[in-house]
Amino acid sequence: MTTDVHQLDDGAWVSVNDSREVNVSDLWRLAAHDFCACALADFLAEGFVEVSADGANVEGRIAGRCIQCGAEGVTDWLTLGRVDPDTGEFRPVVPESVHLPGRRRRPAAPR
Amino acid sequence: MPSKVERWKDETYGMEIREHLLRFAEEGWDAIPEDEHDAWFERFKWWGLYHQRKGQESYFMMRIGTPMGRMTPEQLRTVGEVARDYATGPVENPEFGDAYADFTTRQSIQLHWIKVEDIPDIWDELESVGLSTIQACGDSWRNIVGSPVAGRDADELVDVWPIVQELHEKFKGNDLYANLPRKWKVAMTGDRRGSGQGDINDLAFEPAIKELDGEEVEGFNVNVGGGLSRKEPRFARDIDVFCRPENAADVAAGMSSLFRDYGDRDDRFNARIKFLIDEWGPEKMRSVLQEEYMDYELPTAGQGLRDEYDYNAGRTDAHGDYIGVHDQSDGQNFVGLSVLVGRMSADDVIELADRAEAYGSEMIGLTQRQNLIVGDIADEDLDDFLDEDLLEEHSPDPHPFMRGSIACTGTEYCSLSIVETKNRMVRYGRWLRDNVDLPEGVNDFHIHLSGCTASCAQPQIADISLRGMKTRKDGDAVEAFDVGLGGGLGENPTFADWVKMRVPADEVPGYIANLLEAFEAERESPEQSFRDFVAERDEDELANLAESAETSYEDPYLGNTKLTWYPYAEDTSMDASPAPTDPNDQPLPSDD
Ligand code: HEM
Ligand code: SF4
Ligand SMILES: [Zn+2]
Repeated sequence: MTTDVHQLDDGAWVSVNDSREVNVSDLWRLAAHDFCACALADFLAEGFVEVSADGANVEGRIAGRCIQCGAEGVTDWLTLGRVDPDTGEFRPVVPESVHLPGRRRRPAAPR
Repeated sequence: MPSKVERWKDETYGMEIREHLLRFAEEGWDAIPEDEHDAWFERFKWWGLYHQRKGQESYFMMRIGTPMGRMTPEQLRTVGEVARDYATGPVENPEFGDAYADFTTRQSIQLHWIKVEDIPDIWDELESVGLSTIQACGDSWRNIVGSPVAGRDADELVDVWPIVQELHEKFKGNDLYANLPRKWKVAMTGDRRGSGQGDINDLAFEPAIKELDGEEVEGFNVNVGGGLSRKEPRFARDIDVFCRPENAADVAAGMSSLFRDYGDRDDRFNARIKFLIDEWGPEKMRSVLQEEYMDYELPTAGQGLRDEYDYNAGRTDAHGDYIGVHDQSDGQNFVGLSVLVGRMSADDVIELADRAEAYGSEMIGLTQRQNLIVGDIADEDLDDFLDEDLLEEHSPDPHPFMRGSIACTGTEYCSLSIVETKNRMVRYGRWLRDNVDLPEGVNDFHIHLSGCTASCAQPQIADISLRGMKTRKDGDAVEAFDVGLGGGLGENPTFADWVKMRVPADEVPGYIANLLEAFEAERESPEQSFRDFVAERDEDELANLAESAETSYEDPYLGNTKLTWYPYAEDTSMDASPAPTDPNDQPLPSDD
């Protein structure tokens, strides 16, 4: 199954199979990351910089800021959600739960 | 590889989108195939329609571009009537009621809650008085900005109105320039105030004088590559070109063709011409323009008038806006009225158009400070006009905090936003007016509040810059602002220094109060402007000037307004959204 993903509206949205699914302005909890020095980063998503699909997995790198320490930048790859292989429906992850960026090795993604 | 958006644009873009919109209007919202929403929403922007945010599906923001913000009273009335009849949603706004128009920082008009089914009727009404939504958003020539009182202003070098009309005619609806890599923003200034704010536009014509063939010629210097978005603010750069008024269209055609051909179509984040001139430098920009796009020798730049600029310049010797009564060159007057955060109720818009017409005005102007000008008021009518009831609300002599406030759209409608904006700015303004004494001698104080880094409220060029953020307060995520100080245009344009980060939104008024107290106590003299005061200090000193504080100010929007379907609904939860709806705001039956 191929999943078609792209960012839209200046990085405000991630669109999955031509449906706007993940929006900016959520807070994401990041653990085991090198985004900032916080053990658990409290990351405000301000814009999706790169997105790609790895099978049913939708992943992205997000520009934003840790609102605990103030570090700014772009995250490593984060899983944003999965496309249900049976229904084709996109199931987003819950941003406020804990995420581990960049765990999997990933191929170069088109921009 | 061209971006996805470029592929959609290759399929269908420009004028032809209109036919599709008319078809969707006929067949209704459901006729837009769900798996084509992304492509169509991207294209609709070209005709001035921008989809509203999550929870408001099937509603659109409609933008009407008015070149230089200049309108007739009849056009203004039509805008008011369209707002009254079509720009109403399922829920009222607690500050502004159920129908209103937004006057924007690029001298356009935005209406919200527009249904696709109503578009043909709205276009009929707008177009019958010469207004249009063409190219109001999307990747092409946007609304041309400049002084709405050009030709009437007693304080100008060149009357740019005929030139702006020529550019508008030439570049709107022109297939050659319909599909650019990104938006293309042009400013044309002919006055001595710098009111076009060319420094923050892709292409700027700035008034200048040049000796050519032994003759002093009044025309323009050409600057390229300004813009504020994405934490990458740039001022337009001098490419050392002087342009005669009669050549403005050729130079504009050359520059926008250059952008069309050389702008980055692979990466939209890198597409604006500000990044191309970063890469090339002004010399290469000039030589490519000369060699590939011009058929006459471009003169080098002339003598500009920058030292006279006062528009949004933070000077103490001149107001930096058009508010109040000003002389026209024909002996009449134009009167600038404050429109708080640029939003006016549809009824007031209609009433104002009627009043303006009754006084014989032939010109209404929208300014880049989200205010409105009524032109052509005769001396003998002036007192009566100033006594009109409507001017109590939209005052020609407002309190400086009301006068200087600008706010963007924010979480009310905008997908990009992080925080609530307009209603909050209204509440800030009122609280500051009622609780904070401005230091002696301060007649202007500009606060620009933007909901995100796109910077639609031009936050980097204000005395106080507020940019939407979040923080935690007692463990809860709350809306917040990064605070910048000391930005402005004028002779030496400067971007704000960002000195306080993530200030909770309810502590911003307290911060401003403390800051102004420190300014009053520490400034050199009452003549020192706030901007100069900031310029003298380094970042640490600025950060230590004042602390944020809770005060009697209450903020009803502190929680996460982006998680609501509409921040002011009774039940704000996403599940309570009626959208997508039919043209009467009733929920459409869902198909799953
Ligand atoms: C639904 C409402 C709006 C949306 C979605 C929106 C979207 C955007 C975006 C994405 C940018 C950044 C563009 C870039 O990368 O160049 C931007 C910048 C800007 N927009 Fe808006 N905007 C909205 C309302 C407004 C309003 C009310 C105005 C006033 C006309 C406005 C004027 C501007 C200006 C002045 C900039 C920044 C300057 C620049 O870089 O050129 N926008 N807007
Ligand atoms: S600055 Fe951001 S939040 Fe405000 S209108 Fe522009 S895009 Fe929306
Ligand atoms: Zn951190």
